[in-house]
Amino acid sequence: MRTAIVERPLVPHELLSEVASPACGAVTLFVGTVREVNDGRSVTGIDYSAYGAMAAEELERVAGEAVQRFGTDRLIVEHRLGTLALGEASIAIAVAHAHRAAALDAQRYVIEEVKRRVPIWKREHYTDGSRAWVDPTRADAGRTP
Amino acid sequence: MVLSVLCFASWGDALGSVVSVELPENATAAILLDVLAGRVPRGTSLPEPMIAVNRRYADRSTILRAGDEIAVIPPVAGG
Repeated sequence: MRTAIVERPLVPHELLSEVASPACGAVTLFVGTVREVNDGRSVTGIDYSAYGAMAAEELERVAGEAVQRFGTDRLIVEHRLGTLALGEASIAIAVAHAHRAAALDAQRYVIEEVKRRVPIWKREHYTDGSRAWVDPTRADAGRTP
Repeated sequence: MVLSVLCFASWGDALGSVVSVELPENATAAILLDVLAGRVPRGTSLPEPMIAVNRRYADRSTILRAGDEIAVIPPVAGG
């Protein structure tokens, strides 16, 4: 298991060889990327910021829970901070497991818990030059972030 | 006791990233939030935050101690 919060571009495919093992029949890779439209507004980029010390610890707790629940320690999570352009990767999660169902479940667990708990924020930049913090709890937030 | 409170994202923009707050001994996280809410400029609407104490989420009833690392955590949006 390895977790990291970094300020450099992610290279998700490199995680595949890092987690893979002959004991594993399944390797999954999830990559979260910056989307051009959110809640109907045109996005040009996103600043990711964090409560660094707690984010690193909470991310490690989330990954540790996935290792316990799903029975593999071949799990890597990297989250990027800083200003990201459209299409750039903000998070990459790689999991290897003997079986596909557990690999997919572990990956899903990690991304959902990261979104719920890890103290990272994004401030979107819009085509009109304005910026706003994303608040997934807002009643009018149109869809799952 | 005087506490130094870390504020992030929208709360950091409104109050500053580090805020000094004087509270009675044995004050709870709920009392801290009331005091901080009173410092938010009029007309600024902020989302309900979580509180973290020593890098873990804490209930509103948590008693704060001088020297704790205390943070105001607006709704997170990582991933």
